[in-house]
Amino acid sequence: MNAKATLKTLLVTSAMCLGLSHGALAQGTVKIGSVLSVTGPSSFLGEPEDKTLRIYVDKINASGGVAGKKIELVIYDDGGDANKARTFATRLIEDDEVIAMVGGTTTGSTMAMIPVFEEAQVPFISLAGAIEVIDPVRKFVFKTPHTDKMACEKIFEDLKKRNFTKIGMISGTDGFGASMRAQCVKVAPSYGMQIVADESYGPRDSDMTAQLTKIKNTAGVQAVVNPGFGQGPAIVTRNYAQLGMTNIPFYQSHGVASKSFIDLAGAAAEGVRLPAAALLVGDKLPENDPQKKVVTEYRQAYESATKQPVSTFGGHAYDGLFILVEAMKRANSTDPQKIRDEIEKTKGFVGTGGIVNMSPTDHLGLDLSAFRMLEIKGGDWNLVASGS
Amino acid sequence: MMAEFLQFLISGLTVGAVYALVALGFTLIYNASGVVNFAQGEFVMLGGMVTVFASAAGMPLPLAALIAICAAIAIGLLLHRFAIEPARGASAVTLIIITIGASILLRGVAAIAFDKQFHKLPAFTGDTPVDVLGAAVQPQSFWVLGGTAVVVLALYVFLEHTLVGKAVLATAANRLAARLVGINTTTIMALAFGGSAAIGAIAGILVTPITLTSYDVGTLLALKGFAAAMLGGMGNPVGAVIGGLLLGLLEAFGAGYISSTYKDAFAFLVILIVLFAAPQGLFGRRVVERV
Repeated sequence: MNAKATLKTLLVTSAMCLGLSHGALAQGTVKIGSVLSVTGPSSFLGEPEDKTLRIYVDKINASGGVAGKKIELVIYDDGGDANKARTFATRLIEDDEVIAMVGGTTTGSTMAMIPVFEEAQVPFISLAGAIEVIDPVRKFVFKTPHTDKMACEKIFEDLKKRNFTKIGMISGTDGFGASMRAQCVKVAPSYGMQIVADESYGPRDSDMTAQLTKIKNTAGVQAVVNPGFGQGPAIVTRNYAQLGMTNIPFYQSHGVASKSFIDLAGAAAEGVRLPAAALLVGDKLPENDPQKKVVTEYRQAYESATKQPVSTFGGHAYDGLFILVEAMKRANSTDPQKIRDEIEKTKGFVGTGGIVNMSPTDHLGLDLSAFRMLEIKGGDWNLVASGS
Repeated sequence: MMAEFLQFLISGLTVGAVYALVALGFTLIYNASGVVNFAQGEFVMLGGMVTVFASAAGMPLPLAALIAICAAIAIGLLLHRFAIEPARGASAVTLIIITIGASILLRGVAAIAFDKQFHKLPAFTGDTPVDVLGAAVQPQSFWVLGGTAVVVLALYVFLEHTLVGKAVLATAANRLAARLVGINTTTIMALAFGGSAAIGAIAGILVTPITLTSYDVGTLLALKGFAAAMLGGMGNPVGAVIGGLLLGLLEAFGAGYISSTYKDAFAFLVILIVLFAAPQGLFGRRVVERV
């Protein structure tokens, strides 16, 4: 029986991949939908999300499913195209009749799908970064990743502790960099920060010494913040060291929170600080840290199943799936409306991204403690003790 | 003030030198065949990526670089043999479209054969910045500038002082006439593709320690190199080098003195103005006479 079920899941899943599913609803299963950017320019986000969902749905089903029902996972790949995402969202609702959705890799595809789920009144847990997803609050839309606004706040909090008030910014002009720069500019006054230099660079630029020279020659810059993504921040960091600016504290964003940043920036990365999720430093968390267990287990499960290093993006999918599963258990129902109500009541959920406490006015439920301030020392991440 | 100026100058020249090499590759193929080879940026990518992966496999850097250049030449020759040569009767526009297709293919193959991550190479002679009158310069910048100078000089000697080089120039001037005096123009075209692939690969190897590389760095470089070649005057090697350096300097000074937000816009605005005033580019005269 079990082998048969596995075979069936396998067949169904492969049929889904080909987009051939006609949604034959088997007895005793519930359908959870997902639209992810598994291929295309955002594949580095979508791929770990896709793998995470598959690994954990299999695990959940192997241990008996949720409230006696097996989960049937329907994943579509939008290839990073918001138009396709919307089409797939409609298909999930109308053909597959899913009871909830965990997906939406990019902010663009999430925003395109929101109206579909709002109209169908099906809960949608998004994996996209931008704050627009949950601000303003929409009844059926939730999200798991921290926002760039929180990253700015975390950096400014650290700057404030070190008594710095005048900062220079050098931001990428890509979506991530531009959005985070805007959020930083917005929250700067509430932390007493004054942005005295504000430079930018293109996502494909190979030399940022001109911009950094300008910041260097701006009077009174006490620290520099670099919201950016991809290889740009690595080049900025190298140019920063080249120009001998390392006596000015340098902050990167969570956008570069991966080992490859340290590899690319090399020795120039020493002393750079950045906010990042606990998942990255799981092995360095103290034993009594509430997230220690979750992040170590997720890391092990992901790395042993995929043979690839863990990323925070897959972690967002893990959080989304389990927030949903917990809510389904509490609701003890497959009614989307009841599940939505329970998702909103999520309290003290310990995920890879932080401890989630949702409310009718907060569909993210994370506070600044979700970010850890890290400093790169000896080619590795190190937790910055609070207050230093 | 002076230090700031020098910093912008050297950063502009370094980036410009790479544009110049890409533009030079465009020029060589354009002269031999009248084709603008939009796969030129992919040669730069191949130079960087093959070197990265060969040296990661344990080879010493010079050997890895040599392998990368050979690999790029081989792909350049294959591109000519299997994509350009079979379509030699087609119009230049058709051939240009073929090269665009080839560039997409090469990028796709590189994404699968290598990976989609960014990679770095160690600088040839260390990372400690050199102080030039107050400007901090990476030693690798000197390699890029020196390497470009050597390539340009070698190309000049080849074209002006060897029989084969003169055959290339003759083919460029008039293909039919060249054939009539016994020059095998197909071989010359293959030579041009191989040569410009080698130039592209050298550019990729020299610049990777500064700019990092990935499977898709070629696209933007091809665009910038093409702009540089147009600025200098398509088909003129001297124009290509000056156009490249000028574009790099425009970007650096634009970012430094005007606004980093409008850096690219500023550079392209200047190019547009130049092309309005002199549609053949700065040094494009000789092309007019040839045609």
